[in-house]
Amino acid sequence: MEKRVTFSKWTIGILFAVPQLILIFTFFYWPAGQAVYWSLTLQQPWGGGNIWVGLDNFRSILSNADYWNSISASLVFAGISTGLAMFIALVLAALTDRQLAGSWLYRVVLIWPYGIAAPALALAFRFILAPEAGFMAVVNKVWPGVWDPGLDGADAMASIIVAFSWKYVGYNFIFFLAAFQAIPRSLIEAAAMDGSGVIRRFWDIQFPLITPTIFFLLVINITESFQDSFGIVDIMTAGGPANATNLMVYKIYSDGFKGLDYSGAAAQSIILMLLIIVLTIVQFRFIERRVHYR
Amino acid sequence: MTIIKRGAVALAAGALSSLLAMPAFAEPVKFDFWFGLSGDLARVVDTMCKNFNESQKDYEVVCTSQGNYDATLQNTIAAFRAGKQPTVVQVYDVGTATMMLSGAYKPADKLMEENGYKIDYADYFPGIARYYATSKGEMLSFPFNSSTALMYWNKDAFAKIGKTEAPKTWEDVGADLKAMKDAGYECPMAINISANESWQLMEQFSALHNQPIATKNNGYDGLDARLEVNKTKFVQYVTDLKKWYDAGLIKIKSKDLGQDMVQAFATGTCQVILTSVGDHGTVGRTQKEGMNWDVAELPVYAGTERKNSLVGGASLWVLSGKSDAEYKGAAAFLNFIHDPKTALFWSSNTGYIPVTKSGFDFMKSSGFYDKAPYKGREVAIASLTASEPTEITRGIRLGNFTQIRAEFGTQMQAIFANKVSVQEGLDTLVKNGDAILDRFQQTYPGKTLP
Repeated sequence: MEKRVTFSKWTIGILFAVPQLILIFTFFYWPAGQAVYWSLTLQQPWGGGNIWVGLDNFRSILSNADYWNSISASLVFAGISTGLAMFIALVLAALTDRQLAGSWLYRVVLIWPYGIAAPALALAFRFILAPEAGFMAVVNKVWPGVWDPGLDGADAMASIIVAFSWKYVGYNFIFFLAAFQAIPRSLIEAAAMDGSGVIRRFWDIQFPLITPTIFFLLVINITESFQDSFGIVDIMTAGGPANATNLMVYKIYSDGFKGLDYSGAAAQSIILMLLIIVLTIVQFRFIERRVHYR
Repeated sequence: MTIIKRGAVALAAGALSSLLAMPAFAEPVKFDFWFGLSGDLARVVDTMCKNFNESQKDYEVVCTSQGNYDATLQNTIAAFRAGKQPTVVQVYDVGTATMMLSGAYKPADKLMEENGYKIDYADYFPGIARYYATSKGEMLSFPFNSSTALMYWNKDAFAKIGKTEAPKTWEDVGADLKAMKDAGYECPMAINISANESWQLMEQFSALHNQPIATKNNGYDGLDARLEVNKTKFVQYVTDLKKWYDAGLIKIKSKDLGQDMVQAFATGTCQVILTSVGDHGTVGRTQKEGMNWDVAELPVYAGTERKNSLVGGASLWVLSGKSDAEYKGAAAFLNFIHDPKTALFWSSNTGYIPVTKSGFDFMKSSGFYDKAPYKGREVAIASLTASEPTEITRGIRLGNFTQIRAEFGTQMQAIFANKVSVQEGLDTLVKNGDAILDRFQQTYPGKTLP
């Protein structure tokens, strides 16, 4: 005789799950499925009809040099901005955790950038980094022409990386600080009594203990840098100059919505989805091995 | 018996209801108008809508700004696919080919005819009408806000180098820019090289010189048209612009860099710009105190027989799938906009030009062009009507032209950053542009432009 309370009918379980399943289906599987279908057809924008073209959309995208340029620009952007945002946030969090003077202020203030919408902060950075009117105008006074995001692709890329990193420093900071504060004080005090300095304690005790957080933020930052960069690129560079900042997500937007090439944009978003999946698998497969969960 | 009885009751009810309705006004038929202008211009459109609603009692237009042209087209497509499209929508010039193939519109000329309005289509300036008409000359949409590109020149700066007239040829422009540079002007001329400037740098230039942008008469004669700007006079033009840029005679000004070219001109920083007549009002309002400036037709190369410039702006499309009552309202609205008095209101509150000869004559006779701040805007009409439109200067009818403009910006940036030579850049523009046209043609198998 069964002693535990059980639900004999598995349908009850399904019923409980139904609201959630409907949500996931409506907002994820259905649009994703639609995107797959669109990527295999040529859609007339006004809905006048479509023709089945198989993998032609993928073939034409993958044989396009501009698209490969867009992929490499996205990878450069993801790599540098993730590195920058995480490194700065880590340093700031470590310092705040040491209860230096004014750390209570940083704890509050550093979170703010994450609350600013991407287009708004992009607009702010456009002013700050404008070569003729902004802060960078001073630099250009000293070395004429050194900063020119209007024509120099590297400068434009640097601009959007700075803007994106600035936003995510705040986000990363919260997680790092929480991770640092979860480390038992006794561990650090014990190490301090054994005579190890700040740097030593950081590398040998704190850093290994926050690796789960670092790993989590790595995955999130890379994923977000592929997706959340849109507003910044749109306002600051619009993909230019000469496609230097035409990141994958921006290219999807401009091809799909401005160019009304819904099928090509759908195919690109499938490729972007696959790329993010692969990157995440790689991270879990290889980097997670070095993570110590407590 | 019962039938008669019922009939009598119905009659009585009918009579009663019509009696009741007599003193009160019938509820006006509402219909939607979506447009792509924002800021000051949106307020002018709103006022125009209000004027229309107050001018009669049968219809009420609800005017909604969608922010910009791109968004208007995108939102209209989304709305159309969901069956919630507006009755009238403003679509920009380069969206014309896409609209014509959409099968989502009601031809404007048919609409007016069905509702008993007589529009004299010959009254439209041919340069404007043919941009939006089919290859056979039918008007599928109504020209609305229209402009063309002009050269804005700073009279004070030109006086310093002993000139009282604007240069008429590009050869003269080159010499004048050099002279201004030597006279100490930091920025003799400002341009920008993004997708937006395809209009004045590539499209207007090609029309004035009667040079094709694409085969098949710029696409009017078929979806298999392909670009050919890499072997026209345009190559020489880009080469010269690049040469002047390298010599410091031309500076690039854009909003991203801190100051766009209209601001650069109005503040007196730069002495020559090429932009829409639509900016005439902005320059007048924001100019440096006491600065003397004027507008002139865009220059051409020496020895060129000047042709008409192209119209820019947008036209009004009536979408399919609406009720007869809404179409009646739309027709009344279009007729209202067509009226010369509306043209005067519209042009004096914006920088746009009148689209009909009668509108232009009405404005001229009311003294609109005689004094500042509107003096000079008649140059735009002169530029648009410089010649009878040729097969090539009718306009541009290419699919997904927005993307081709984006490609123009990309390649110009590559050229000006010394990444590629002028010829290489323009070859790539043609190659990538053709891929876009190819794709557009594939999307509409078996369809032809009307």
